[in-house]
Amino acid sequence: MGELKNRFGPGLSTIFVTLVIFWLAGMVLAPNLMMIDYALRPNLPPQALGGPEDTYSLANILYLAGEPTHRAIFFKTIWASALVAGVTFLVCYPIAFWLAQRATTGQLAVAMLLIIIPFFINEVLRTLAWFIILAYRGPLNSALMNIGLIDAPIRWQGDGGVLAAMVYAYILFMLLPIYNAIESLEKAQIEAARDLGAPTWRIHTRVVIPHAKAGIATGFVFTFMLAAGSYVAPALLGSPGSRWFTEIIYNWFFEGGDWNRGAAYALVLLVLCLAVVLVTLKLVRVNLTDVAK
Amino acid sequence: MSHSVELAGIGMTFGTTRAVSDVTFKVAAGEFFSILGPSGCGKTTILRMIAGFIEPTEGRVLIGERDMAGLGPDQRPTAMIFQSLALFPLMSVRDNIAFGLEARGMSRPERRAKADDLLRLIALEGYGDRMSGELSGGQRQRVAIARALAVEPGVLLLDEPLSALDLKLRQHMRAELRALQKRTGVTFIYITHDQSEALAMSDRVAVMSDGLLQQVASPRALYDNPATPFVARFVGETNAIPGRIIQVQDGHARIDTALGSLTGRAGHGAQAGQPGTIYIRPEALMPGGTENTLTAGIERVDFEGSFALVHGRFDGGEALAASIPSTRLAEAPEPGSRASFGFAPGHAVVLGDG
Ligand SMILES: Nc1ncnc2c1ncn2[C@@H]1O[C@H](COP(=O)(O)OP(=O)(O)O)[C@@H](O)[C@H]1O
Ligand SMILES: [Mg+2]
Repeated sequence: MGELKNRFGPGLSTIFVTLVIFWLAGMVLAPNLMMIDYALRPNLPPQALGGPEDTYSLANILYLAGEPTHRAIFFKTIWASALVAGVTFLVCYPIAFWLAQRATTGQLAVAMLLIIIPFFINEVLRTLAWFIILAYRGPLNSALMNIGLIDAPIRWQGDGGVLAAMVYAYILFMLLPIYNAIESLEKAQIEAARDLGAPTWRIHTRVVIPHAKAGIATGFVFTFMLAAGSYVAPALLGSPGSRWFTEIIYNWFFEGGDWNRGAAYALVLLVLCLAVVLVTLKLVRVNLTDVAK
Repeated sequence: MSHSVELAGIGMTFGTTRAVSDVTFKVAAGEFFSILGPSGCGKTTILRMIAGFIEPTEGRVLIGERDMAGLGPDQRPTAMIFQSLALFPLMSVRDNIAFGLEARGMSRPERRAKADDLLRLIALEGYGDRMSGELSGGQRQRVAIARALAVEPGVLLLDEPLSALDLKLRQHMRAELRALQKRTGVTFIYITHDQSEALAMSDRVAVMSDGLLQQVASPRALYDNPATPFVARFVGETNAIPGRIIQVQDGHARIDTALGSLTGRAGHGAQAGQPGTIYIRPEALMPGGTENTLTAGIERVDFEGSFALVHGRFDGGEALAASIPSTRLAEAPEPGSRASFGFAPGHAVVLGDG
């Protein structure tokens, strides 16, 4: 605040701070408070609003606990999001390591361009591309059949398709923090470990990964939250058997017409995501400020 | 167990940069061997070829008579101390030292015992649980050495390990390194750009310049009998006066210079009729000497404690450096005056310029 005042003078900095406060209050705080308000009230016809039945209760949340299908989808969304984060990590770590420690400047530039360019395209369109690739009579199946790997087309849509599309969609959020972390590791440390006789996997588990821990945790947190809150990939690439919790929330709002239950479901998802994130960070002993960097 | 190291005509080209050319020498088992040269002359490249981080583009590396071609750093009986030390900052001192043992599958209690032995060896007993960042420069230095010694290497490779320390500590660590080498009997190959470090510690020194080996000799021989003009100028201070060699006889050479005719020992490439240079050490120049007299204008006299350094210009324009022991400070000429010096022919060497 003092720094801001020094740089921009009292007038401008007051405007800045006011704008930020308005942004936070209007765009972050208010919608969330409204969501909590909705979640805790029953779904009533307009004429009953404010009437004797319009009281706060946990009924909407308890409904989720008591509804076995929704509960199952909820927990599946949580662990499947963790799986997405895990697979994204497995894909990104080797790439990040190579980019950060092995690639020449030229290779780095080309690789970064190849990785980033697809992200100029809207997420819906990118997911649509996967939809086309993974279609039953799509290019992936015909390619696999042409080279004789499979005899009949495979139905990719469902869990596999959702996983593939999400891993692809969130690569950057995992790759960049890990790349940044590994990039700051002194090359001589890797060489020293190797010189002392450590095999490759031990160099990674004892030297590289501990050094990159904050970056990895950041990538996990981002990817997990994005996956848990994702709607497009499961909607386009999922099958009836692979429904995502966000789809249920969507249904309450736009098909079931019960905003209150939808808000309650969304609230539960938000709280559980936050809990998972905080526990993860606690486990790897990284604090939120490190992630924010 | 220590190993000999033999480099047979090794060379290294990075893209278009020729870093090292045709270097051949043999380091005996248990020797303290230094590679000395200015920054960028290819010292680190040689060390990395011995360690196995890079394969030479030509020539062979033999360690303990065994050809190392195709073996990585983890398969060679060498351990390297990096210029930056490269301690693992997230591990305790003990885990750092035990890292190589862990990689070799030694059990935890054994590792611990061995790491504690090494901590005693480097006089850091009781520091095992600290993090490396909590240690002073000299202590970190010693931990790096202990970590390398833990894997019982036959050859220890040290890349300017003292360059980050201040002068006092550097001098202390010199003696400590030397003592450690004697005690462990491990072959040390030590890289430095500091000639006094190389002279003080080594059994033998290889001098490099621009990727080429200039001379391999004992410190004394290097100082007294430089093989090339580069070695004469790089190792120790010297007064270099160019001229034409007029006579070579009985191991002595006479050279005609702008300051008159001077005589020194005949060194490498000294041939009558050829251009050459006479190199005279600062301590060989005696004020008022009668043999081989030279006159110079005196600019400064720097008192350095045990001796004083006299700076000036010879009449031919070359820089003068003469050192006078403090016990004879009365003989030192005054700044601004002209003075004449002499030297014994045995204390100067004449080299061909070729
Ligand atoms: N990996 C590399 N790629 C390209 N050039 C290099 C590489 N390593 C060293 N060089 C070049 O080789 C020469 C010798 O370097 P180096 O062995 O590090 O010298 P020193 O250790 O004596 O200072 C330098 O010109 C340096 O720029
Ligand atoms: Mg170097």
